[in-house]
Parts: sequence; structure tokens; C-alpha cells
Amino acid sequence: MSEFTATVTVRLKQGVLDPEAETTQRALERLGFELADLRSADQFEIDLDAADEDSATERVTEMTERLLANPTLHDYDVTVEEQ
Amino acid sequence: MTVAVIQFGGSNCDRDTVQALETLGFDAELAWHEDGLPVDTTGIVLPGGFSYGDYLRAGAMAARSPIMDEVREAADRGTPVLGICNGAQIGCEASLTPGAFTINRSARFQCERVYLRVENADTPWTAHYEDGEIVEFPIAHGEGRFEIEDGRLDRLEDEDRILFRYCDENGAVTDEANPNGSKHNVAGVTGESDHVAVMMPHPERVSLADIGGTDGQGVLRGFSDA
Repeated sequence: MSEFTATVTVRLKQGVLDPEAETTQRALERLGFELADLRSADQFEIDLDAADEDSATERVTEMTERLLANPTLHDYDVTVEEQ
Repeated sequence: MTVAVIQFGGSNCDRDTVQALETLGFDAELAWHEDGLPVDTTGIVLPGGFSYGDYLRAGAMAARSPIMDEVREAADRGTPVLGICNGAQIGCEASLTPGAFTINRSARFQCERVYLRVENADTPWTAHYEDGEIVEFPIAHGEGRFEIEDGRLDRLEDEDRILFRYCDENGAVTDEANPNGSKHNVAGVTGESDHVAVMMPHPERVSLADIGGTDGQGVLRGFSDA
């Protein structure tokens, strides 16, 4: 078994309204910044022991599909690094 | 014979719902989620509130708690299930009903009265209304915007699974009358079978004549017909 850290990024699917991101963008613009767009995402870091990188990825992907992301709203990425 | 109103940590409309149901003549009781469903459960309410502090997404944690397996099994046996507000978020997160309720277009918590148009009076929850009837309900939510993939929404509409849409006082379904940016102004939907339903507006808050009105009674009376 080896120790891995998985990083899960959960984003809204394209086309799904993101009111918090819009509000954040407006606040940045009020502060005088110029920007074309702003998107928000949630990121989770998960430490786990696994036999290899593939099995760590598989388990974290299942965690993401079962809880961390809602398939109606979200797309997600999983990356895994050995510690 | 009892309607079980499930209490999660953070539920806060549970007692109101029991009182409203009892006023309408139903036997209703609170059921703490760790205790499971009462053996004589003949109906289930997932009540409003802020279960698990809305961590991750509203309803996400409660939807995955063990009692929801019992709720799913009961629903499969035909037991009527109604999710209200946080209960609606839980119902969608648990896939009892389609789509998801997410952050309001305003990015703010909204507590106000809204008009709803009855879209399909041929469900247990709407049978006490007429098709097209306009009713007034309160909403109180920060994550009430109904989201669903366009193709799935088309299918829901084709299958007549929309219970209510937000409308103006004349029944016009407009963007201005949409309090939270819900797709196609959807305020409530049914599951695969119409004895399972969820809605963001609060029928239990308009079920006592002395408090708020009685427009919501028809929804709760669904427990006798479902």
C-alpha cells in the first residue's frame, strides 16, 4: 500500500447559472479590476492509502460520484499524486 | 396509520408540519432519523430546515443518511412521500425526484410570498385544486432554483410531472414572477410515480386559517389520496 493525495475539482456544468461567481465578479469590477469572466469551483483534497494510482483514482472517483458532485449540476476532475 | 415527519439535525419545519397535518385530521408524528420509520408509517414528509447545516449542498448529507434507504423502500411500496423546501432538496439529492435545487438567481436567501399556478391537478398533491388555479404560498430558501438538463425537463413536461409553476397574481408564468430563477418557473415536481413529490414553497405554512391562510391544505390532504 502507498499513500496518495487525490485532488477533486467540482465545477458547474457549462450553461448552469453561477450567481455566487457573478456576484464575486461584480465585486472585483467594483474594486477596479478588469476581467472577462469568473468561474467558481469546489476543490477537495483526500489523503488515502491504496495499492496503486489506478485504485486510488477509482475509489476517489466513486466518492465523487456518490457524494461530492451532483451529476445534474456538476462536472468533475480527479487527479492523484503519490506522497 | 401515521404520517412520519422525519427530523434530521437542523430540520426546523418539522413541528409546524405535524401541527398542520393534525389540524387536517391526520395522525402525524415526528420521527428522528436515527430511530428509523415508525412501523405503522403510511406517509412520509421530508420537512424544511437546514439539515446538516446545508454542508456541501443543501440536502446532500441528509439524502445519504441511512433512513433514506427506508424512505426509498417505502416509496417503492407505494407509501406517499412529500419533500418540502429542504425536504425537496433532499428528495432530489436522493434521486427520489429528478433535477436539483441550487443557489437562487439572486444569490440571496429569500423569504416572501409567491403565487403558484397548478399545472397538473391529477396528482394526489394537487387533486384538491383545479388545473390552472392560482394559489399563494410562502417560500423561504437560499437554494431553490430548479435546475435540470433541458432534455430531461422536456420529458418531465411531456409526462405532466410539474405540480406548480411560479406565476404572477393573474397566473402568467413570467420571468418577473420567478423568484429564484428556476427553469421554466418550476416550483414542484413528482418522481417517477406521482405519490412521490417535492416542492420548494411551504404548504404547512398556509394550512391554518389563523396563520397565513389555507391555500396549502390541499397539498397536505394528498396523504389521504396518495
